[in-house]
Amino acid sequence: MTDQSTKTEPGPDGGVPVRTGLSPRKKQQISRAVQYVVLVAAVVFLLMRIEWGKLAENFAKPEVAAETLPDLFTVALKNTIIYSVGGFFFAFLLGLLFALMRMSSVRPYRWIAIAYIEIFRGLPALLIFLLILFLPLALPGFEVPGGTYGQGILGLTIVGSAYMAETLRAGLQAVPKGQMEAARSLGMSHARAMTTIVIPQAVRIVIPPTTNQFVSLLKDSSLVLFLGVSGEYVELTKFGNDMASTFANATPILVVGVTYLLVTIPLGYLASRLEKRQARGR
Amino acid sequence: MTPVNHAVEIRDLHKHFGKLEVLKGIDFAVDPGQVVCVIGPSGSGKSTLLRCVNLLEQPTSGRVVLEGVELTDRDVDIDAARRRVGMVFQQFNLFPHMTALQNVMVAQRRVLKRGRAEAEKIARENLEKVGIADKCDAYPLQLSGGQQQRVAIARALAMNPALMLFDEPTSALDPELVGDVLTVMRKLAEEGMTMLVVTHEMAFARDVADRVVFMDGGVIVEDGPAAQVIGEPQHERTKSFLRRVLDPTHTDV
Repeated sequence: MTDQSTKTEPGPDGGVPVRTGLSPRKKQQISRAVQYVVLVAAVVFLLMRIEWGKLAENFAKPEVAAETLPDLFTVALKNTIIYSVGGFFFAFLLGLLFALMRMSSVRPYRWIAIAYIEIFRGLPALLIFLLILFLPLALPGFEVPGGTYGQGILGLTIVGSAYMAETLRAGLQAVPKGQMEAARSLGMSHARAMTTIVIPQAVRIVIPPTTNQFVSLLKDSSLVLFLGVSGEYVELTKFGNDMASTFANATPILVVGVTYLLVTIPLGYLASRLEKRQARGR
Repeated sequence: MTPVNHAVEIRDLHKHFGKLEVLKGIDFAVDPGQVVCVIGPSGSGKSTLLRCVNLLEQPTSGRVVLEGVELTDRDVDIDAARRRVGMVFQQFNLFPHMTALQNVMVAQRRVLKRGRAEAEKIARENLEKVGIADKCDAYPLQLSGGQQQRVAIARALAMNPALMLFDEPTSALDPELVGDVLTVMRKLAEEGMTMLVVTHEMAFARDVADRVVFMDGGVIVEDGPAAQVIGEPQHERTKSFLRRVLDPTHTDV
């Protein structure tokens, strides 16, 4: 038995209701065809609208791109990495400290940790950099150690540590209770069991989310721009901005963008690989 | 201090979890060299009792005395006392980020401050004793449950404990792996180790234990030689429990 569609189906032997109209497969084919038509139309429209010559002139001018070298890597990328690795390192340490305080049996420690985490997780990163900029006004005579690098790293440390504290706390709590019990039953003190047994496992657990956090800090390092850095301290975004002004051309912005991606895409890939490996291992 | 007669002595031990009273006054002792099996239905408090012996659970009241040292004294050096008590868990609780060898070495190094060479020698001896000398460099996840549990036993033994606690050591194992672990435990008993074993393995209790303790509802119902408690139980509760365990397809529902 067949119906009006070309598709043949097993005849209904009483039980299965007879279908009327198009088969689900037909409907799906039509829907897909419509989607392709819309896509092609949109692409054609864009291709015709864009003035390619002008675009290339402004965003991909080889002479301007060549001008960014070698400083793009030797100064800007280097500084971006210094700011973000430094910020990540201290954010990790501070985050671990606050994670442990958050789980402490001493109540005021828990309060301090909660307050810190809630405040700095809730503030925009830019605001934190502005605060650092105005710090000398609030505390006359105070100077962030390490100069410009110190200021940038401090900002990223504050931005990162609140998130890191929560991530690490989740990691610490994800270590099964039996691990602490086994360690204690072998005569280890609480502190010894934490440092030898629990923390190493927690760090392993949080490697994938932490890698993503590093990518996020790397991007936030662009905010160092607002500290008014110049010369040898510029990072990628500031560098791109300055070069773009100098040449009145947007090519350096594009070049800098590609440079970020050179670092962030492999890192993101690495994070998802680590995540998969961990899902297998645990 | 009282003269040391018992390896461990428990007097009027109570343990509450919130409103729930899990242990309702436990009195008993284990003498050096004795193997005591604790049996009973789940929820009877037997695991809690075991965990009170090395203070993984803090008793609500009562005394636990280990080799003449009162562990329930609030100022006791509990870490020092725990070195004398090895514990084997139902879920093995091996450290997953360390190899079998490192698992057996870490507490020797960090707690007993043994040198690397000495700790490694003792670790290898103990791994050999439990029959997994060839798996020294494997990580726990690469081992079967039975192998993991034997590493856990070696880890406890490497600390030269005076008393070994076993908390349902074979309950998480596939049936065909239970024998490997029980054989190791039997050998240990024959060497004269003092052991307190919470178990559902009646054959092990009957063959290896010097004494069997039957617990139900947070109290010790029956305590005596294995042949008596398992062979000729006196109390109705013991009888009905043993019927259910030994003949599970003919239980009165």
